[in-house]
Amino acid sequence: MSILIDRNTRVMTQGITGKTGAFHTRLCRDYANGKACFVAGVNPSKAGTSFEGIPIFGGVKEAKEQTGATVSVIYVPPPFAAGAIDEAVDAGLDLVICITEGVPVRDMIATRHRMTGTKTLLIGPNCPGVITPEEIKIGIMPGHIHKKGRVGVVSRSGTLTYEAVGQLMELGLGQSTCVGIGGDPVNGMKHIDVMKLFNADPDTDAVIMVGEIGGDDEETCARWIKANMKKPVVGFIAGVTAPEGKRMGHAGAIISGGKGTAQEKLGVMEECGIKVTRNPAEMGKLLKSVL
Amino acid sequence: MNVHEYQGKEILRKYGVATPRGKACFSVAEADAAARDLGGKVWVVKAQIHAGGRGKGGGVKVAKSLDEVHQHASAILGMTLVTHQTGPEGRLVRRLLVEEGADIKKELYVGMVVDRGTQRVTLMASSEGGMEIEEVAAHTPERIHKVAIDPVAGLTDSQADEVATKIGVPPGSLAEARKFMHGLYQAFVECDASLAEINPLILTGDGRVLALDAKLNFDANALFRHPEIVALRDLDEEDPAEIEASKFDLSYISLNGNIGCLVNGAGLAMATMDTIKLFGAEPANFLDVGGGATTQKVTEAFKLMLKNPAVKGIFVNIFGGIMRCDTIAEGVIAAAREVKLGVPLVVRMKGTNEDLGKKMLKESGLPIIAADNMAEAAQKIVAAVAAH
Repeated sequence: MSILIDRNTRVMTQGITGKTGAFHTRLCRDYANGKACFVAGVNPSKAGTSFEGIPIFGGVKEAKEQTGATVSVIYVPPPFAAGAIDEAVDAGLDLVICITEGVPVRDMIATRHRMTGTKTLLIGPNCPGVITPEEIKIGIMPGHIHKKGRVGVVSRSGTLTYEAVGQLMELGLGQSTCVGIGGDPVNGMKHIDVMKLFNADPDTDAVIMVGEIGGDDEETCARWIKANMKKPVVGFIAGVTAPEGKRMGHAGAIISGGKGTAQEKLGVMEECGIKVTRNPAEMGKLLKSVL
Repeated sequence: MNVHEYQGKEILRKYGVATPRGKACFSVAEADAAARDLGGKVWVVKAQIHAGGRGKGGGVKVAKSLDEVHQHASAILGMTLVTHQTGPEGRLVRRLLVEEGADIKKELYVGMVVDRGTQRVTLMASSEGGMEIEEVAAHTPERIHKVAIDPVAGLTDSQADEVATKIGVPPGSLAEARKFMHGLYQAFVECDASLAEINPLILTGDGRVLALDAKLNFDANALFRHPEIVALRDLDEEDPAEIEASKFDLSYISLNGNIGCLVNGAGLAMATMDTIKLFGAEPANFLDVGGGATTQKVTEAFKLMLKNPAVKGIFVNIFGGIMRCDTIAEGVIAAAREVKLGVPLVVRMKGTNEDLGKKMLKESGLPIIAADNMAEAAQKIVAAVAAH
C-alpha cells in the first residue's frame, strides 16, 4: 500500500503538448508502471490526435469517460492553471496534482471556494508532485533517486524533498510515498491532510515532515500529530536565517508581522513530541533514530 | 510588488475610497506649486519611500504656511531617511506627497490580507490606528476584529457595518465607512493585491472617513494582467542586485553575511543558508537558480554574488534531479574562469550525473573544494573563509 497513488492509478495530463508537459509526461511514462498508468492527455485544440501513443481528448470529462482516468496532473501555463483545476473538479476526478508555478492567488481563492463540498483532492499548485516509488511517479521529481520502502515524506519544497530522500537512501531506507505539497499560500492539501493519510497507511512506519517559513500549517499539523499520530514523525523547517518581509522564492515563504518564523515552528513541533533537527544534513539520520 | 503611498491612494480613489487631496512632487518648486493649488491653511509634506515608520524618522511634517511647506520640502527631498524598516543605511527620498491637512478626530486601522488558513481575503480592523498592527496583536489582540470574506458574495453591508461599529465608527459615519470598505475590497480583488493597509484611517471633525496613509502590495504572479500596476514600479526603491537577478530569471535576495550561496530550489536554498549559520557564519545572499539552470545562468549568478564586496567565499549546493550535475559543473568552471575567482569556492553536488560533475570539477585545475554533504560543505566554506 501507499497513499494517494499506486500502480493501479490511471492518470491524464492536462497540458500534455506543452514543452514541460511533454518532457515530464515522457519521464513519468518511462518510470516503473508508468506506461500503463498514463492513459490520456487533454488539449481542446488537439482532440483526436495522440502524444507518442497517448490519446489526446478535448476535455477532462471525455478523457475520464473514455479511459477511466481518475487522477490528473496539470502543466498548463499560470493564467489558465486554475481553470484547468476547475475543469478536473467538475469532472469529478479523485485527485488533481497541479505542478504549474506562478498561479495568481486570487484565482486559487476562487478555485478553492468552488471545490468546497466536492470529493476531489488537490495537491499544489507550484509543487513537484507525488511519487510512490517503483510503482508510479506523477510530477517532476527525479524517479531514480527513490526506492520502495516504509518512510513517508511530506514537504513544501521540491529540491529539499529530494535532499531528504537522498539522505534516506544513503541509510538504505526506502519510501512508501513522497508528497510535495508546494510553496503557495493558497493551495490544496496541507501537511495535516497528508499526515492523516500516512497515519492510516499500514505500509508507512514513520514520516519526515519538511516545512519552511510562512503561515502556520506546520504548527497545525504538529498539534494534530500530538493528539492523533500513532507513528514517529521527524521534522526540519527551512528559513531560520530568512529575514522578515522578504519572500524567499516561494510565494508562501515569507515571515510577516513576526509570524511564521522557523524558530516558532520548530518550537511548536518539539512541544508536540516531534523530533526536529536544525541541521538539514541530518534529516535521514534523525528518521533512522526513531525507527 | 510595492508602490508608493501616493500611487496607492490614486488607485484607491478610483474605487471610491476617500483620501485627502494631494499631489506627488519631484522637486521643491513642484511642492510649492502643489500647496498653492491645494489651498487651505495646513499642509502635510510626506516623504515617499517603500518603507514604513516615515513619521518617526522625520519624513513627515505638518506645515502651517507656504513658507513652511517650502522649508519642509527642501529638508525632506534628498534626505536619507532612516526608519526601522530601511535598515541603518536608510533610503534616499526622491519623491514627496504634499497633501491638504486633515482635521483628525480619531485614528483607526483597516487592513486586508490573504489568509492561508481560511483561504480567503480577510478584513482586519482595529480601534488602535496609527500603531503597528503587530504591536496591537501582541498586546491587545481583543482590539483586532477580523472578517473572512466569501469570494462569491464579497464583503456584505452587514459585515462592513459590524466591523466599523466595533472599531468605534459612530452611527452618523457608518455609511461612509461602508463605502470605504467596499471600495477597499473591490480594489484589493480587482488589482490582485496581496496586502492593503490603511493606517491610520481617520474620522474627521465633520464625520468623514479618510485614508490618511495607504500601503498596497501586489501579487507578483498576477502582474501579467496588470500592466497599469507594473508601470508604477520604482526601480530606485529596489535592490540593484535583485533587479539584475530578475533579468536572468534568478531569484536573489541580498543578506548581511559574507558567504555567497548558489543553490537550486528555494527550500534547499534556505536550508543551505541555515547550515552556514549553524556552523557559525552568515550567508551573503539567498540565490535560487531554479530547475532549468544553464551554463550562462550559473555564470551570471556567480557574477552577481561577486559584485557584493562583502562576499569572502562561495558555497554551491546542488541536488541534481532533472537538472544534471555535469551541467552545473560546466557552468561553475566557466564562471570561475570568466570572473577570475579570488575567493574560496566549495561545491557540493548530489544526484543525477554526480560522478561526472565531480570529475569535471577535479580535472578543471581550479582550486575548488569538494564536499559530499551539506554539513561538511558548510564547515569547509566557513573554515576556508576564516583562513583566507
